[in-house]
Amino acid sequence: MLIGDRRFLPLDRSSLGVPVESEINAARRRLLQMHFDSGVGHIGGNLSCLDAVFVAFHDHLREQDHFVLSKGHSAGALYITLWTMGILSDDDLRGFHQDGSLLAGHPPAKGIPRIEFATGSLGHGMSLGAGLALASRLLDDDHRTVCLTSDGEWQEGSTWEGLIFATHHRLANLTVMVDNNGLQGFGTTTDVASMSSLPDLLRGFDVDLITCDGHDRQSISEALAAPSDTVKVIVLQTTKGRGVSFMENRMEWHYRPLTEELFGIAIDEMEG
Amino acid sequence: MRTQFCDAMVARSNRDELVFLTGDLGFMALEPLQEALGQRFINAGVAEQNMVTAAAAMASRGLEVWTYSIAPFVYARPFEQIRNDVCFHGLPVRLVGNGGGYGYGPMGPTHHAIDDYGALLTLPGMAAIVPAFDEDIADAVALTDVLASPVYLRLGRGEPPAGWQPPKFEPWRKITDGGGPVVVGIGPVAGTFISLIEEIPERSRPNLWIAGLLPVERFAPPDQLLREIGRNGSLCVVEEHVSQGSMASQLLLHLALGGTHVKRFAHLYAKEHNYGTYGSQTYLRRLSSLDVDSMIAALDGL
Repeated sequence: MLIGDRRFLPLDRSSLGVPVESEINAARRRLLQMHFDSGVGHIGGNLSCLDAVFVAFHDHLREQDHFVLSKGHSAGALYITLWTMGILSDDDLRGFHQDGSLLAGHPPAKGIPRIEFATGSLGHGMSLGAGLALASRLLDDDHRTVCLTSDGEWQEGSTWEGLIFATHHRLANLTVMVDNNGLQGFGTTTDVASMSSLPDLLRGFDVDLITCDGHDRQSISEALAAPSDTVKVIVLQTTKGRGVSFMENRMEWHYRPLTEELFGIAIDEMEG
Repeated sequence: MRTQFCDAMVARSNRDELVFLTGDLGFMALEPLQEALGQRFINAGVAEQNMVTAAAAMASRGLEVWTYSIAPFVYARPFEQIRNDVCFHGLPVRLVGNGGGYGYGPMGPTHHAIDDYGALLTLPGMAAIVPAFDEDIADAVALTDVLASPVYLRLGRGEPPAGWQPPKFEPWRKITDGGGPVVVGIGPVAGTFISLIEEIPERSRPNLWIAGLLPVERFAPPDQLLREIGRNGSLCVVEEHVSQGSMASQLLLHLALGGTHVKRFAHLYAKEHNYGTYGSQTYLRRLSSLDVDSMIAALDGL
């Protein structure tokens, strides 16, 4: 294992800043390679949030800050981002989903720097984020906490419990990003749950609501940096399967793994 | 025990790292603690899943976090949050459940906690402190510091004989001596049999022990208790908890693995969640054969 070996900086991101397209493209390719090598699905939701995770770590979060991946099934996007930071190595990525690996299909409880909580059961991240943010207030430190949720997990009651708690305490050091790609495991979010759109629902709470293109990294960066005196919620309008034409907005890529043929087509697209 | 618990918490309220979360419970009981802790006393509202997960996150930052509610709302409603967020990360969150066993008697089965420690002790690193007497509470609260693990504190209402002073709280306490079988109890219900047992002539009087800390696998009974069980061969376990996941099942496994042979065994335990009729804790205990007459019958059978 080469975890923590900072000599390996695959994208030469030695300074902070908003990632450029070529860097995201390289990260996407490495993500697909990792999922293809391990025969693992959950690719669509990884691609929809990769830009946001990338920007959060490279442009916003500092060493002492906290990131909670509430949509734990997008662990791949997190692992790849940590790889771009030199926290995970290529060897680590090759172990994804394999026997003896630290890189489980969902973020593990222990062993990987910058991953503080095992997630994967949806509906926990909002409260984890709220607890971290409240702890920072009580400890009188300046830590930032960013939590990334899916859109489907707002069907979990516990997510709303966390939001109510966070807004009641006006946790201005908490930012919640929502990967609003409109597709979940077995349908569209509107087909599965008849409720108003998330931005409309969130307006009923004392949050600082920002909606932006979840693939416009500059917009994401600006949203993360925007000052706020309460909980900030950034609704990222995203495309499931972003960057791979045959995956985009296709529900089946929530779970489906890549065949060799499709992997080749996807890589050709990206390299073209 | 709620009053004693509040007193014990007030006594440690000068710890800057202490945070107390309540699920909207504590009216007419926890006000002194609320006053002592100020902003560190947080009413997390009717949202126990959030309360437990937020507690885990706060504990991960080094805070000493307590959560409090009626027992089933502390362990049953947020079970996954306890499992994933607290226990998977080995965080020393203190979960305090008031009204252990049939403590909330006539409130009905939704408010009873007769499957609490059995369920919780399936989780990694979890310990359960089960005081028997009001006088145990200060030591029970202090014990959470020593455990440094996820811990569930089951509160109830101490029921010792009138004028009787319990010995200092320990994980295993010997209460009576005699030449009879061994009785091991846990929680306040154990106190309801002290008078009965003390009145039995010494030659056949049971050796009553009270346990206060589970699981048995982690907090093993003392050698003296094992010797007494081995010598007599007769054991009765009494607890206000269902048979599945019970202290009895833990103790018997421990004895079996250690080679202590139990020849005759009786188990007095909570037998039903829903009896169909409702009433006081005493009434529900009687329906479950957790009363003095049932103990007399059990001892006769041994």
